[in-house]
Amino acid sequence: MRRSLCAIAVVLAAFSARTLVHAQRPGGAQLSSARDMAPIDLTGYWVSYVTENWRYRMVTPAKGEYRRIPVSPAAVPIINAWDPSADTQAGNQCKSYGVGAIMNVPGRLHITWQDADTLRIDADAGTQTRLFRFSARASSAAKPTWQGESTARWERIAAPDEGGSLRVVTSNMRAGYLRKNGVPYSERATVSEHFDVSPLPDGGQLLLVTTIVEDPVYLNAPYITSPHFKKEPDGSKWDPTPCSSTW
Amino acid sequence: MLIDLVTRRSVLALLIAVLGTIAAFAQDTAGPQSRTRSTDPQSSTQPADPAVLPSQFEFTGSWGPLATEDVQNDSVPVDYLGLALTDEGRTRALSYDESQKSMIERQCQGWGAAYAVLGPFGLRISSQSDPTTKRLVSYTIDAWEDWMGMTIWMDGRPRPSEHALHTQAGFTTGRWEGGALAAHTTHMKAGFIRKTGVPLSDQATIDWRFFRHDNVLTVLMVARDPIYLVEPEIISKGFRLSQTPLDFRDPCVPGFEGREPGTAVPHLAPEENPFLDEFIKLYHLPREAVLGYRETLYPEYRKKIKDTYVSPPPCTEDCGVAGNFVRRRGPTP
Repeated sequence: MRRSLCAIAVVLAAFSARTLVHAQRPGGAQLSSARDMAPIDLTGYWVSYVTENWRYRMVTPAKGEYRRIPVSPAAVPIINAWDPSADTQAGNQCKSYGVGAIMNVPGRLHITWQDADTLRIDADAGTQTRLFRFSARASSAAKPTWQGESTARWERIAAPDEGGSLRVVTSNMRAGYLRKNGVPYSERATVSEHFDVSPLPDGGQLLLVTTIVEDPVYLNAPYITSPHFKKEPDGSKWDPTPCSSTW
Repeated sequence: MLIDLVTRRSVLALLIAVLGTIAAFAQDTAGPQSRTRSTDPQSSTQPADPAVLPSQFEFTGSWGPLATEDVQNDSVPVDYLGLALTDEGRTRALSYDESQKSMIERQCQGWGAAYAVLGPFGLRISSQSDPTTKRLVSYTIDAWEDWMGMTIWMDGRPRPSEHALHTQAGFTTGRWEGGALAAHTTHMKAGFIRKTGVPLSDQATIDWRFFRHDNVLTVLMVARDPIYLVEPEIISKGFRLSQTPLDFRDPCVPGFEGREPGTAVPHLAPEENPFLDEFIKLYHLPREAVLGYRETLYPEYRKKIKDTYVSPPPCTEDCGVAGNFVRRRGPTP
């Protein structure tokens, strides 16, 4: 009897050890950085493929148009008062390239690891840089910036090598425009994003960014878009351009 | 006797500890179906371990449309923005007359599979299981009054012969992959990819990905057509989980709309389409963009028109509630 119980204990202990190892990381390796833990590879060059919202993204819409954006009454006077010249004179020509809009601005992204725990996204449109920090620093009292402070976390699918997604939350940004023609978001807005990668039938890859902008000041409801990007083999078409208030 | 008792108690304690560990691990890896378990990454101070999500999510339920993205492009007859059409596709589209849908025999024809994301409605999704094995057989996205719905077969059944019947809905199989539901549609009847008459041939195929993040479902559609599309039409559309059931299944009831059965099919001569310039003039849009030329889908095109494009003046009359222009059309030619 004693021998049987001991045998059971040994088997359970072995199973427990195996389970615990698996719980740490698939494959058993001790991984410590966000780069090591990445369930999907986002790095490389990606180009906007503008098949949606063409009229709002590829050209500057007419002043006063905010169709498809759930703006609050407080936003309407600002929309109707949009003055791109005044923005330029005030040095605010990057207002439509802020984190609330940048993924919808047609252009290219270059995604790299700045360090083991910081994913960097450069956008050639407006020459903007976003930093996704997986190791959150103590909330800074830094001045708000166009791209704000982004904290990221991987979401891994339970099955080994089954991929996953990247979740990013951004706050502490400067007030900006959701659209080139002055549809505003405030400094109190937060932007939540989910980055997913999907294979294309021709062997290519597509990056899908589900973007949720919530703003208690200028939006009545979350503004949700899902711009997508095709992967490019290299950076030969990378073409940084400065911000523009009008284009 | 005493030793036996001690040994049994030790083993029992070990057993409880092991089961507890396994249970905790199972909870960590499985997570709730709703995928809402992820903690706010801002609350962590070290590189956070990845949140672990189940390989499948709860797909069934009612998903309301968000309507924050312009994917329908059907407010004017000639709007092919965001498409990469072949010359043949463009010509077919320009020959389309919306009056075709007034023909009594076409009123209830409905739209093809792509209308799942191109239409204005939400998705009501249910699952069907084998009554004996209880294994999942399919998901069904319910029809609307002008859409035939979609069945996604999940049971690994083979695709029918290429000569099998083509239908409006087509034949769709699915599987879970990378935490998303991936599906592939073939065997569609020749139809349209836009309600404004942009054609899709019966050789077209559609690849789908359904992603769920919390209560937002993002549906990615990649439609390919060797006849009418130069490049795939890629649409990603968001839906939000609805707390109340959606039901758009009103029956289509045909009625007389001024077209006698059996008369000629309404159509336009492509080069004389009277609506060709309507959208171009209304929003000052470049002709090649409105007519669906491939180059207009990439950022280089934006740079190309930068110095020539002039934004339209603000709308001052006949405006929509969001300051957009609305159709100011005279009598039909």
